[in-house]
Amino acid sequence: MARRRPFSLRRLASASVPYLLVAPVVVAIGAILGYPLYRLVTLSFQRYGLPELIQRQGDWIGLDNYRSVLGDSLFWDVLLRTVIFTVANVGLTMALGTLIALLLVQLSAPVRVLLTTGLVLVWAMPAVVAVQVWYWMTNFQNGVLNHILTQLHVGDFFQHDWYASPLSQLSMVTLLIVWGAIPFVAVATYAGLAQVPRELVEAAHMDGAGPVRVFRDVTFPTIKPILLILTSLSIIWDFGVFAQPYLLIGASHMNESNYLMGVYVYLEGYAHSDFGRGAAISVLMLLIVAALSVVYVRRMVRVEEPA
Amino acid sequence: MSSVSAAPAPRRRRRGGLLRRRAWDLVGLALFVVLVFPVFWMISTAFKPDDEINALTPTWITTSPTLDHFRDAMARPYFWDTVQNTLIVVGVAVSASIVLAFLAAVALAKYRFTGSRLFVVLMLGILMLPPVGLIIPLYVVLARYGLTNALTGVILTYLTFTLPFAVLTLRSFILGIPRELEEAAMVDGSSRLGAFVRILLPLVAPGLVATSVFAFITAWNEYIFASVILTDQANHTTTVWLSYFLGTSRNVDWGALMAASTLTAIPVIAFFLLVQRRIAFGLTSGAVRG
Repeated sequence: MARRRPFSLRRLASASVPYLLVAPVVVAIGAILGYPLYRLVTLSFQRYGLPELIQRQGDWIGLDNYRSVLGDSLFWDVLLRTVIFTVANVGLTMALGTLIALLLVQLSAPVRVLLTTGLVLVWAMPAVVAVQVWYWMTNFQNGVLNHILTQLHVGDFFQHDWYASPLSQLSMVTLLIVWGAIPFVAVATYAGLAQVPRELVEAAHMDGAGPVRVFRDVTFPTIKPILLILTSLSIIWDFGVFAQPYLLIGASHMNESNYLMGVYVYLEGYAHSDFGRGAAISVLMLLIVAALSVVYVRRMVRVEEPA
Repeated sequence: MSSVSAAPAPRRRRRGGLLRRRAWDLVGLALFVVLVFPVFWMISTAFKPDDEINALTPTWITTSPTLDHFRDAMARPYFWDTVQNTLIVVGVAVSASIVLAFLAAVALAKYRFTGSRLFVVLMLGILMLPPVGLIIPLYVVLARYGLTNALTGVILTYLTFTLPFAVLTLRSFILGIPRELEEAAMVDGSSRLGAFVRILLPLVAPGLVATSVFAFITAWNEYIFASVILTDQANHTTTVWLSYFLGTSRNVDWGALMAASTLTAIPVIAFFLLVQRRIAFGLTSGAVRG
């Protein structure tokens, strides 16, 4: 007996070690994220504006916020615009990123190092900084983009206003986002290309397969898992993007015809101090992103822990 | 002939192989120029005198560089306040994350326990949440406790992404350490904790540094939480300060704006070039994007 007690105590103690180790993170996440998420859901059922914020007490109004949001054609317009925007951004990012990765393989060592360094440099640019640079490059007075395009005889862009229409505004945002996102995709895909079996490529060449067939039948199947993960990550990021559109188009130029989901949540909820309705929009947005994330998270877990 | 034979040359080297490679190199160089141009243009503008900046025909590289714009940018109200704020916020958020996350990462990498898988999935899921979807509850909760317009409030919001990120990255670093090393130490008679401290800690140190730096970069670049939580200009972080730089005036001081942009980007770029290879582009670190 005297010998068994400490033994089982020790076992109990060692079994609880991992739980004690994760406990601080669990508590911290619960407090800074779990509770706010719970509050988000309750807020979405309340009338909660500035007066309620001060009194710290909202009125329970059931599904009114959701009814108001889902009954508003603006929400559906913004959702559709955001989906199109996301498809365009992710499509461009993935296509260009993959092409650059394939190009990297073909380069001689010095040029490859140079291009990789360039990619990392672009990757490192903070979004807010990139916005300012973009804004300067495309400014109405003497934007360098206007100058270069005119010099290249693409057309006459002298004092062309890139921010005149919603389509043009969002195209500028797309350029900015795709530029900033390409490095991550290109570098990760390039890393994946290293796993493509050389013998297989050579064998395919021997059999007289052209580069397109080699890519389709050998290269693509190998990098497909990476491309899938990158695509779902890009979808999630681009769907929830905020800083780039809000800052590049500019707060004073934001209007219902150029809202994306992120900007919409920010303006309708936070900027108008209509926290209850904003919470309802946030919940809807998070549900959409959660649905999109399931693919990614499941794939990640499978990649990390091969059965 | 040396005894070490060179790698066998590809059997089917076509005659045009070298030429083709040269052609691809040209494409690569052109692409480099296009991709890096905005960064170049930012730095180039920051050193240019005003008349060259405002001219209709651009000057690619100035022959009379000036530091005036940097002086102007730093002399702007609140620049140094915001740098100090950012360093405090980022420093506290990152170091708290690293300490807490390290404990959890050890548990995840070294023990099998019920719920560990769920925990990892949860961390991954949290990193996927779009920050803009969280601003309303975070603002309301922080306002409830009087933490809006306070650096403490911003630090708490930053933990929502630095903490899960640090947990996942540190976990994969620790998983990369061979178990035998730790077991060897235990056979030597050290306790598990002793083995851990003597063996694991030095091995995992580079991982700790890389994770800290990446968390630092993400936090330094953060914009929306800081802009929502902090209302006084003197409390802003650098990115928020930069976003207000343009103001509403008709005549933009482009030189100062680009100097300010360069100053904001420098710490990030320096750190990024320093650690980019360390992180090995593990996809768990996917949350880091410019």
